[in-house]
Amino acid sequence: MAMALPSNAGGGDRWQVLRLLVARKTVLISLIVLVVLIAAALLAPYVSPFDPYKLSIMNRLKGPSSVHWFGTDDFGRDVFSRVIHGGRLSLMVGFSVVILASVLGIALGLIAGFFRRADKFVSRLIDAMMAFPDILLAIALVAALGPSLINVIIALGIVYTPRLARVVRASTLVIRELPFVEAARALGVPTYCIVTVHVLRNLISPILVQGTFIFAYAILAEAGLSFLGVGVSPDIPTWGTMINSGQQYMGQADWIMIFPGIAIVLSVLSLQLLGDGLRDVLDPRLRKEL
Amino acid sequence: MTASSRDIVLSVNGLKTWFHSRDGVAKSVDGVTFDLARGETLAIVGESGSGKSVTSLSIMGLLPKPAGRIEAGKILFRDRGGKHHDLAQASAATLRRIRGAEIAMIFQEPMTSLNPLYTVGDQIAEAVLQHEGGSHAAALKRAQEMLERVEIPAAARRVNEYPHQMSGGMRQRVMIALALACNPSVLIADEPTTALDVTVQAQILDLLRRLQAESGMSILFVTHNLGVVAEIAHRVAVMYAGRVVEDAGVYDLFERPTHPYTRGLLSCIPTAALLASRERLQPIPGNVPSVLALPPGCTFAPRCPIAEPACTQAVPELLPAWPEHLARCIKVTPQ
Repeated sequence: MAMALPSNAGGGDRWQVLRLLVARKTVLISLIVLVVLIAAALLAPYVSPFDPYKLSIMNRLKGPSSVHWFGTDDFGRDVFSRVIHGGRLSLMVGFSVVILASVLGIALGLIAGFFRRADKFVSRLIDAMMAFPDILLAIALVAALGPSLINVIIALGIVYTPRLARVVRASTLVIRELPFVEAARALGVPTYCIVTVHVLRNLISPILVQGTFIFAYAILAEAGLSFLGVGVSPDIPTWGTMINSGQQYMGQADWIMIFPGIAIVLSVLSLQLLGDGLRDVLDPRLRKEL
Repeated sequence: MTASSRDIVLSVNGLKTWFHSRDGVAKSVDGVTFDLARGETLAIVGESGSGKSVTSLSIMGLLPKPAGRIEAGKILFRDRGGKHHDLAQASAATLRRIRGAEIAMIFQEPMTSLNPLYTVGDQIAEAVLQHEGGSHAAALKRAQEMLERVEIPAAARRVNEYPHQMSGGMRQRVMIALALACNPSVLIADEPTTALDVTVQAQILDLLRRLQAESGMSILFVTHNLGVVAEIAHRVAVMYAGRVVEDAGVYDLFERPTHPYTRGLLSCIPTAALLASRERLQPIPGNVPSVLALPPGCTFAPRCPIAEPACTQAVPELLPAWPEHLARCIKVTPQ
């Protein structure tokens, strides 16, 4: 059963992870999709065929055609160009919120899970935050901070922190009791090393799973906030605002919301598949199932 | 080894480790005394719940906080520099410096005592870097040397393998390599062979004996298996309900067990003579008392075949019954 791993130590390991990753078809495809989405967003001014803000009442609510690939919206703006431009903000909000929520959530979860005395306080704080509906808490935070993109990211990051903190705390509670933690202690490894090295590394799969969920939630929540007027201005395209504004025309012009919807589904799905692949590759016990 | 020539590395004196819970105070260790000399293997023998594991955790300073506390007693440890530390009072920083570097420990569960996400080489290197510093490459090289010392074949390849790629016996060897990576003077082995096959057990015991001969370390061997004791120990401390009831050299103990509990334990081992006589094994009647409610006086009195009313009056002293042979029983007349 011993798998023949290349015996080169140190630097070769990083490439090995990448090689094992792209060896999976699903991971390779989702990587390509993500790269295309991100590249399109970054290069939006160069790759989009139309100005995403240009109104054209004549072309209002036109279906997908060879000129307007994804059709036009209620103001005659090109949906394809808006999807590409929308990706800039949506992807940025998604990633930023995931990073912020992860940093806060992992820290809180580790503290609550590992240090029993801090647990009571941190867990009650988490419970209190989870008692609020997500959007309501986000609105309150943005209202307090003032509406701007940065503040939306901060607010959503705080709103999704408890989700991660809970999962991290629960897994930490299990891991801290495992014999290898005691064994590390018996070797004189200081507590902060045990927490950051031994425990954190074993938390990767729940964190990846939660992180991809939060990414999807954040994109949609940002749309909700914008729709309610506490996010970015509604004429600035994001995938979320496009879906929101397309809602009223769902019966007659479903392409207005279908295409940004597909963009969200693609990005979330490929991120999730990538996360799955990453988890399998980072856990040596799962590697052999390749 | 005579008393005067014994070079004491670790001396536990009157150790009391109690656990405070809602149900009361559990006196898991209630006055344990023994000495461990350089190069010696002392086996601590006892049933489950006799306090042998808590004793070793007390020495390591790994008691579950805040329930477990050392209430009284001294754990005197002499470090490499010849300085004495009382581990019962030592600061967290001192304990951390000593743990792994001067006193190391191996555990019963080799399957779960290694972090599954790191290569065994990295885990050994971590211990080396922790106590001795230096470069990661040098630490990895030491890890490979350690794997060779514990007789793992193809150490150069194995050093990059993960725990799940190894068998139980192999992992216990890795644990031993991990524990000995910084050349500790005392190794605490808490039932290191209990989870292993009998043949692998014998190999591990053999390895420990050889490594001890090479390095001159002392081993505190915690077990419930008297067969293993006979294999590896120089001295034996028999524990019952949180106290040492008999302390003797290994031959002496098997030849003339003095405390009624030790005699009971030894009569629980099937021997060839017993098989031939077609007699049954003699179990000790009753159960180990709960540490929450220890009987007064001698804790073994309720199960003891020779107990008398005086036994429940006061806790007997641990006194010499023979030369170099201590027993905690008032029915034994000191020689």
